[in-house]
Amino acid sequence: MSVTLCILAILILGGAGAAMALPRLIHCALALALSMAGLAGLYLQMNAQFVGFAQALVYIGAVAILIVFAILLTGGEGTAEVGRFYGSWRMGVGIALGVLGVLGLAVLSSRALAGQAVPVPEAQVREIGDLLMTDYVLALEVIGLLLTAALLGAVILAMPSASARTGSATHPAKDQDA
Amino acid sequence: MAETLDQIFVALKTWLVSFAPGQWQPLVSAVISVAAIIGTFASLFALTTVLERKGLGRIQNRYGPNRVGPYGILQPLADGVKALTKEDVVPRKADRVVHFLAPLVLVVPVFLALAVLPVGRNMVAVDLDAGLLFFFAVGAVTELSVFMAGWSSRNKYSLLGAMRAIAQMISYEVPLILSSVTVVMLAGTLSTVEIVEQQAVYTHGLADWNVFTPWGSAGFILFMIAAAAESNRSPFDLPEGESELIAGYYIEYSGFKFALFFLGEYIGMFAISGLGITLFLGGWSAPFAFLSGIPSYLWFFAKLMGLIAVFIWVRGTLPRLRMDQLMNFAWKFMLPMALVNLVVAGLWRFLPGGVTRWVICSAVVVGAYLALGRAVSGRAGPARRSYRFAD
Amino acid sequence: MTPLQICLLISSLLFAIGLAGALTRRNAIIVLMGIELMLNAGNLNFIAFWRFGPNPEALTGIMFVIFSIGIAAAEAAVGLALIIALYRHYKTTDLDQINSMKG
Repeated sequence: MSVTLCILAILILGGAGAAMALPRLIHCALALALSMAGLAGLYLQMNAQFVGFAQALVYIGAVAILIVFAILLTGGEGTAEVGRFYGSWRMGVGIALGVLGVLGLAVLSSRALAGQAVPVPEAQVREIGDLLMTDYVLALEVIGLLLTAALLGAVILAMPSASARTGSATHPAKDQDA
Repeated sequence: MAETLDQIFVALKTWLVSFAPGQWQPLVSAVISVAAIIGTFASLFALTTVLERKGLGRIQNRYGPNRVGPYGILQPLADGVKALTKEDVVPRKADRVVHFLAPLVLVVPVFLALAVLPVGRNMVAVDLDAGLLFFFAVGAVTELSVFMAGWSSRNKYSLLGAMRAIAQMISYEVPLILSSVTVVMLAGTLSTVEIVEQQAVYTHGLADWNVFTPWGSAGFILFMIAAAAESNRSPFDLPEGESELIAGYYIEYSGFKFALFFLGEYIGMFAISGLGITLFLGGWSAPFAFLSGIPSYLWFFAKLMGLIAVFIWVRGTLPRLRMDQLMNFAWKFMLPMALVNLVVAGLWRFLPGGVTRWVICSAVVVGAYLALGRAVSGRAGPARRSYRFAD
Repeated sequence: MTPLQICLLISSLLFAIGLAGALTRRNAIIVLMGIELMLNAGNLNFIAFWRFGPNPEALTGIMFVIFSIGIAAAEAAVGLALIIALYRHYKTTDLDQINSMKG
């Protein structure tokens, strides 16, 4: 296990752990961004250049910023949360540990994964582009449609409805008790 | 002779690397490239600050700095000493870790972004297969840094500035990337080196720069407008508008950290201008065939300084936009225009070459510009300008 | 351990962390972040199998990850929009307090 891989693993797992455990929401979002940066580095380490850059662009540039915006819009940035875990957190951790145990056992005991030396593959951008335009063109179209639908859906969902806007402007506390 | 002069820095690097023992050579080569990039662009930053202050001074009918050194050219040194000796104030309520990290998260990515810009023939730090994507990926990290600075200061002004900055950067990133995509479509590669090499060929003595085509000129203008917004330059300097938010997201920074923010902002401007040059202005290539004897890196830096001069000129000339104007401009004008430009680039690719292609593509671009401009401004045509407060 | 196993272990750990966060945290935004982490664990698996698998010249793993990143972006946008809409209604993002279906 090389030093680079070690550092990247610490970045990824430490970032992920901090993102799930820290009390302040903004810190969680920043830790998530750190974890995603580590993953992008790991992809680069594995010769998947295009995916690594796409990961950084989408997760750090878009998803982390989006999460930060959502945190600020929902007023969660100020103080540390008290009681941030459910009362039944032991069960959740237990389930996660169980899943980890099953996965880890499967990975470690599988003989299909052990010892095969493969040539270092290169994923040229041109090959990826050719594949996207030939074999995967339908998937590309569908994902374009999906992203457009998601864009419109997100705008409609996040837009306050006309009645709510006037209502909350005149009676700020009206829907407080809902 | 011209060949030697053109490749002198490449030869110098090869010569220096040859001193290192075998297995260290890649590392030494990388270190030399990084040192050269940091040295060149940091001194360019120092020069630009004083040029900008002097240029703005001239536009505003005053002298600008002229006390330190001949014509005030040593002003950056004085500024540097001042920044280093100032007390480093951290607000008591600030989130210390994030407050400390924010300037670093800004400066490191912008220097990384410079690594894929070919500043001369064979002069690029890393020639990545997906260089353009790398540029945008590290550029995206700066947005996070702006937010970190604004939020961790626990200051209403800085948080407002950060929110404005992120909203603006995300909105203008869309036209920025879309206008670069036109070049990628026509060049068929994401590698910055190849994009420049394809533009460095000459027909009838004139270079094949992308800016000399209808889609290229429209794309270049869109790109530079979006670049001004991305680097928070006037007239898009709402996030740090002095008269509204004092200094926006870095209001609570002082001393060296403030200097780092300043540096990061200028290097970001260099990087994005450099990308504009790479994509549209032919990178290091000369505009005319008979001028190609002049070393390639000189062309790159001449173009860079030209674009910086335009930035300074625009800053001294245009008033700041309002937030709603900024957003309307991005989503109702820049984005549709960039999409139309994408279609024009496709037309340019598939129509047979000749005058017809020029006429059709230009007509689509100009028609879209006129239609969109009228739709956004709500006027039927160009109105007579009235100077309400100046008459 | 082979490199493939190391990568798969990292991804299992990432998945478990994301799952634990999604199951135990009260805040809806953190739950969404946990789901993103689990998605990324899946992506890491695809890349690892592409890189160390027997057929790296078929770019299937890369393709899957590209599409999955796109879907994750869409999912985050819609999910956060839902959370903001919920917040506007209930004035909280605590999932425990969002317990009535009546509008």
